Formats: sequence, C-alpha cells, structure tokens
Amino acid sequence: MLYTTNPPTTRADFPILSTEANGHPLIYLDNAATTQKPVAVLQALDRYWTTQNANVHRGVHHLSQVATRLYDEAREKARVLLNAKSTAEVIFTKGTTDGINLVAASLSLSEGDEILLSTMEHHSNIVPWQLAAGKVGAVVRPIPITDEGEIVWDAYVDLLKSGRVKVVGIVHVSNSLGTVNPIKEMARLAHEAGALILVDGAQAAPHTLIDVQDLDADFYTLSGHKLYGPTGIGVLYGKESLLNAMPPYQGGGDMIRVVTFERTTYADLPAKFEPGTPNIAGVIGLGAAVDYLSSLGGKPSGNLRNDLGAAFAEIERYEHALLGYATEKLSKIDGLTITGTAREKAGILAFTLRQAHPHDIGTILDQLGIAVRTGHHCCQPLMRRLGVPATARASFAFYNTFEEIDRLADGVESITEMFA
Amino acid sequence: MSVSKSLGDLRELYQDVILDHNRHPRNRRRLTGAHNSAEGHNPLCGDNVTVYISTENDRVTDVAFEGQGCAISTASASLMTEAVKGKTLNEAEHIFREFQTMVTTTGELVERPELGDLEVLAGVREYPVRIKCATLPWHTMHAALKGGGEVSTE
Repeated sequence: MLYTTNPPTTRADFPILSTEANGHPLIYLDNAATTQKPVAVLQALDRYWTTQNANVHRGVHHLSQVATRLYDEAREKARVLLNAKSTAEVIFTKGTTDGINLVAASLSLSEGDEILLSTMEHHSNIVPWQLAAGKVGAVVRPIPITDEGEIVWDAYVDLLKSGRVKVVGIVHVSNSLGTVNPIKEMARLAHEAGALILVDGAQAAPHTLIDVQDLDADFYTLSGHKLYGPTGIGVLYGKESLLNAMPPYQGGGDMIRVVTFERTTYADLPAKFEPGTPNIAGVIGLGAAVDYLSSLGGKPSGNLRNDLGAAFAEIERYEHALLGYATEKLSKIDGLTITGTAREKAGILAFTLRQAHPHDIGTILDQLGIAVRTGHHCCQPLMRRLGVPATARASFAFYNTFEEIDRLADGVESITEMFA
Repeated sequence: MSVSKSLGDLRELYQDVILDHNRHPRNRRRLTGAHNSAEGHNPLCGDNVTVYISTENDRVTDVAFEGQGCAISTASASLMTEAVKGKTLNEAEHIFREFQTMVTTTGELVERPELGDLEVLAGVREYPVRIKCATLPWHTMHAALKGGGEVSTE
C-alpha cells in the first residue's frame, strides 16, 4: 500500500529527535507517555525566564503586568483549544490527574450514589473516585468492554437504569488501546439518566480537535506535557454552573475574596480553583504549544480556532496513515497479537508477542534506539480484563516517520528470532 | 552502530543459557505438599512468581516455582531452583546474598565460583531497570525459607 502522506511538521523543530540512544538515532515511540517539545515552546519558556518572569495578578510593576498578560492570554488559548464558552470554565491544574482529583473531591457525592467508570480507564480516572466514594459510601461500578477494547453499549445503558448514577468517568482516547470512545453519545445517555460526565482527554488532546460544547462534556481534563508542552501543567474544563456550585478544592492565596479569621469568601471562577502561585512558566509553555500546533495546518488565518482545526485535520490524516502502516506491518509478524482493535483508534499500537515478554521486548528495542513503553500502562483493571500482565506499546506523534515504523517492525522481528 | 552489533551487546544479558532457561524452565511446577511457599510480585512490569520449598533436617529437599514473567525473571527463577536444591539453609542464604551482590554492585565484576551458572545473570547490572526482574524470584525464595508470605519489588 502506498502512503503518499507528508508529515505536517519538520523534525528539525524538535531538537531531541536528533539525539542518539544506545548508539542509534533515537526512535521515539513513547508519545503517550510524554511528547517531545518544539523549539517554539522551548524559546517561549526561555524568553519567560530571562525577560518576563514575575508573579502574576495584583502586581503593580511592569514585569508583573507582562507576566499577567501572558498568563491570561494562555488561558484564552486553552479556552479556544477546547472551545469552552468562557475562560471562567478553564482551570489550570498540575495535569489530568490533578484535575480529576479536583472534581472527585469537590463534587457533592452521597451514600449510595453510583460512579460509572469503564474498565479501560487509566488509574487517574479510577483512584480519585475510589477515594471520594470511600468517604461517603458511594459506589464505583465498572462499565464492561469488549475483547476489541470498545464499551459494551448495552451494559452501559443498563448501568444507567439504576437511577443512582451521579457521574460517568470515561476516557476519550485510551492510552493502552488507542480506542476512541463515543463521548457525545455517552454524554447524551448520561444526561438523560441525570448523571454528569467527566472525560479524561489526556490522550485525545494531541490527536484530535476537542470541542467540549459539541461533546456536551460536564468536565474535560488534559495534560500539557502530552500536548507538546511542559510537564506540571494541565487544564480542567468544567461547565460554569457546575464549577460555581462546587466548593473550593484547595485553599490559599488568589482563590479568595476576603479573609478574616471568622469567615473567608472565595474568588470567582477560575481563580476559585487556583490557589497559590501558579505554574506560570507551565501555562506559558502550554500556550506556546497551542500556538505551535495551530501553525501546522498550512496557511494561518489569524483565527486560532480555525487554524487549530486545519492543523488537527493534517495531524489526524498523517497519524492515521502511520497507525495504518504500523498495524499492517506488525500484524504480519508471527506470534504478534495487537491489543486494542476498536473500529475507531488514535495513534497507539499496543501488542504482545508469543515468544517474549513485553519487558524483554522493551529492553531489546531500547538497544536499537527505539523507545516504547512496556507494562500495565496504569491500567491494571484493563490488563486483568484482557488477561495479559503487560503489553508493549508504540504511540505515535506527527513527527514520527514511516521509516521509524520500519525499524520498529525489524526490531520486533529480530526479537521473535532471538526467542524462537 | 549496526543492528547486529547492538543485538550482540544484548548477548551480555540474553545469553544462550538465559534464553534456554526461559524456553525450558527447570522446576516450573506446583510443589504439592511443599512445606512453605511465598508469592512475589513486580507490579511495575507484571512479573509474578510463586516459590514452593520443602526442607528436611536443615537442607532444601525440593524447590519449584510457578508464575508469569519476562525472560530474565523466568531464567533467574529456573537457575535459582537448580542452585538451591540440595543445599543447606545456610548455603542457600549465602548464595542468595552473593547473587544479590553480583547483580547490584557496579564496578569490576568479581568472580564468584560458588554461584556457578548464576554468573550468566551478571549482565543485568548494565540494565538497572531489569535488576528487579532478576532478584524477584530470589526474594520470594528467601521469604519462603523464612516461613512464607508476599514479596513486592515496590
């Protein structure tokens, strides 16, 4: 099959891709774990620390106003990325895990309330709910999945019939399987049953254009470092009415209005959920990542949302081609089983080999300069359901190439020979 | 660096002896009537092992293992059973400590003739992430000798 696609970016934009691992050119296929950063983001961070660094908000001096402006602009960029109605709905967090913990801790849950979580959830969308449920006697119920890694729809419908479901927690794109879940349809059913839906968008944000209004998500989380930005920063989107009704998650400066020892009042959104000095550099880095992404669509129009739309169209096209090519090549290898064969997938390819354990696969590929991830990928319930202790996972970004996939396939082939 | 040279370097870790023990593990069976057993688990990579051990008059009369894991942990478990069977409890303890030292100490590799075939696992020192794979069956065996229980590498 002939792939005539060109990558939407230059690898030269990502300096780390020119480095070596174990004497070989680095072949970085662990993007679901974290992505590499373009020069534009690195420069924005450097510029911030060398010429723009000051604490944000309430500053009277020049630098603090510069920093505040950049910070607020980045929030607006995050709003556009998600297509949220208002910046009041855009909360900066430490990442997806932090965002989910915030919602789980602040939502009002009672004894007997049910929280539905799919079997393919990442631990970050399981454990916070267990912690919250444990405090009040609420119950977590798993939504079963098929062997291919899709939601069992009838089971989902059935679970909602109990009338006690308060929250549905669902991953948009599975980090272990690559499955793209039907969020819009799941949200519709959840709402009909009187439940809220929280979507873990950590793996979705780098692969597809998010529209929280179209999805009608009540909460949506993403992580900056999975989106070509720095670590330690994420976004929690929440519908304004919901966030307004929730008490603060953590207390401190900036999230207050008036503080007395008798009584403290809280700030409006989004500040209410952002105590203390934020990860200003992280926010600016995230903003720079969004800007960089918007440049990948070709001709910039000046409208960020339009440019992001064009960019993600290119990104999706290319990544689907990569995934298709990788799936085709790896499927031909004797003894290889692909984990995650949903009809709709993003650029993640997990597999096992009859001949060798994922840990051995990872070590040997590493010696060839190829970075993949092995293990349970923070999805132990999923692994248990699929009956595998671990998988090897290759996860693609728009800077990966077809040649890199050839090297991956060659490497896996040589492992089957070595362990024959 | 060529592919074959890199895979050649890997020979340091995946020596033929290890690949053989992975393909045909010795003493991989349940030991019914075992005096003691212990379970070991490496949650990070999904290795798990159960070690069964029987002793009589201060000597290991039989030892076996079951479990799922990578080539390193499987080979290590297999080699462990061969090394420990028939030894006195003190000798088994000594081998355990020597093996630990071999796979965790950096620097010049010291010859440890009492470890015999186990020396093939010395290569794991160069792959720190894999050391726990090699030591898991040993920690589990040690726990079994001490009366049983569960061991985790975390």
